[in-house]
Amino acid sequence: METATAKRNSQAKETMRRFLKNKAAVVGLIIIILLTLGAVFANVITPYAFDKQDLVHRFELPSASHLLGTDEFGRDMLTRILYGARISLFVGILSVSVGCLVGGALGALAAYYGGKIDNYIMRFLDIWHSIPSLLLAISLASAMGPGIGNAIIAIGLTTIPSYARVVRASVMTVKNTEYIEAARCLGANAPRIILRHIIPNALAPIIVQASLGVAGAIITTASLSFIGLGVQPPTPEWGSMLSKGRQYIRNYWHLVTFPGMFIMITVISLNLLGDGLRDALDPRLKR
Amino acid sequence: MDEILSVKDLKKYFKTPKGLLHAVDNVSFSIKRGETLGVVGESGCGKSTLGRTIIGLLESSGGQIFFDEKDITRPSGKDVMVLRKQMQMIFQDPFSSLNPRMSVHDAIAEGMLIHKICSSKEELEKKVEELMDTVGLARRLANSYPHELDGGRRQRIGIARALSLNPSFIVCDEPVSALDVSIQAQILNLMQDLQEERKLTYLFITHNLSVVKHISNEIMVMYLGQVVEKCGSKELFAHTLHPYTKALLSAIPTVDLDDRREQILLKGEISSPINPKPGCRFASRCPYAKETCTKENPKLKEIWPGHFVACHYVEEINNGQEGEK
Repeated sequence: METATAKRNSQAKETMRRFLKNKAAVVGLIIIILLTLGAVFANVITPYAFDKQDLVHRFELPSASHLLGTDEFGRDMLTRILYGARISLFVGILSVSVGCLVGGALGALAAYYGGKIDNYIMRFLDIWHSIPSLLLAISLASAMGPGIGNAIIAIGLTTIPSYARVVRASVMTVKNTEYIEAARCLGANAPRIILRHIIPNALAPIIVQASLGVAGAIITTASLSFIGLGVQPPTPEWGSMLSKGRQYIRNYWHLVTFPGMFIMITVISLNLLGDGLRDALDPRLKR
Repeated sequence: MDEILSVKDLKKYFKTPKGLLHAVDNVSFSIKRGETLGVVGESGCGKSTLGRTIIGLLESSGGQIFFDEKDITRPSGKDVMVLRKQMQMIFQDPFSSLNPRMSVHDAIAEGMLIHKICSSKEELEKKVEELMDTVGLARRLANSYPHELDGGRRQRIGIARALSLNPSFIVCDEPVSALDVSIQAQILNLMQDLQEERKLTYLFITHNLSVVKHISNEIMVMYLGQVVEKCGSKELFAHTLHPYTKALLSAIPTVDLDDRREQILLKGEISSPINPKPGCRFASRCPYAKETCTKENPKLKEIWPGHFVACHYVEEINNGQEGEK
């Protein structure tokens, strides 16, 4: 703001500036980027193959040659975790996207049009919700065969109702405000109202729900892998590594600790990132 | 003088689980170009619904609306966009009528972007700055967000937004009732200045009688969706005819200690607007109500030139008053 005519800042720039001010969120973003890079370049980073067994060096504790030790078949843990990040992050983000997009669209439709449409959609989702999610995932996986793709679909589908609910509730509160009426009064059409007025104001709870959802998806993948319907061995995946390592927890702590730590770090980073994003998008929290 | 807006037997009913809610029932009036019609009445009497129906935010259930002698009751899509430029609205609550995520500049510019009024970015910037000057907002506030401003400034944004399309008619839905008294006066003066400069016509909805007296040429008193009295602003305060209006005016608080006017206290509750019974809607609370009142709905009659009242016994009730004058 130099002269009487204030310099106009674009919305995106402002949001970026507010986001970068939030240290915790930036840390979260950096960790997620590092994990993604690690996953993408896993084959370049580590000299080991994720499925190469080395029965001489079973259950080795962390050392210079194996930074995070080796598992029950002597496979390098760090390598498996990096490869596992491919699957876990992929499943987490993709299944949340499926749930978020489909559930979000259904919830927004229900809230925006209200009345009968609302009733039909929400009652259908209530029925959907009453099916135990793991059971649905199991039946989908057993019908379409085990594998990552089907695990993603199964997890995405089961989370649709919860996203629809969150989106519907927040769209409903925004929809009845006077500024929507004012926008209609100016002649704004439905797409403009939805994109410029409803979505920006209804986004906050959805971001939070989605960043928690990634964590949930990673855990559900783990349970699916545990019962043999998710990722098939020897492909590494954080959840399945956890459940395999469980048998050796009394003698070899590192088999469960490291995959668990990575799940935890990912979830925390995503939450920090989500919180930061939510705050950055809200000009009321400008500091 | 020509009439910019005229409304004939306008109805707006809402379907509720309990029945049909008659929010606006057979309301007819017209406004002359450049004048202000004040609409007063207690909460829930259908004043806001009337404003929103006229402007097209709600679809009418019956009757006709003419704007510049053109029927706009059911406008086509193309006509709607033209009408938006001619009729605008100022909202009651400056806290909820502004999108919290849009800066002052964006809020004012939105209408001009929608109607593609400006050909270049520079022109848009210039227009927004002009509008901010017009409503008395400092230009440095262009990048601020509504939550950073006080109620008066926010309402100025709302006024600038309404003016951005250069309308000739503005529905003001209680534009000052959410503001502090000192700021109310500022905003009212601003609105009056704008009216003179731009030859605006206002439909001014309020429940504040001192405000409506200050700003209106004509006043229309509503009770449960119907017009009970309509006349010139001065006339209404000098010669109140309808028993409801009398009660309403006697409730205006005064600071004059010697003025021991008798207050007319209305007994009972406002009757339900859902599936109303035939007869005068005020009958259940009216001190003068007789049998006819509960059977027949009184029509709006011209008692004196320009003074309309809807009451069966208006002459009888006011006989005494006539003698005193």
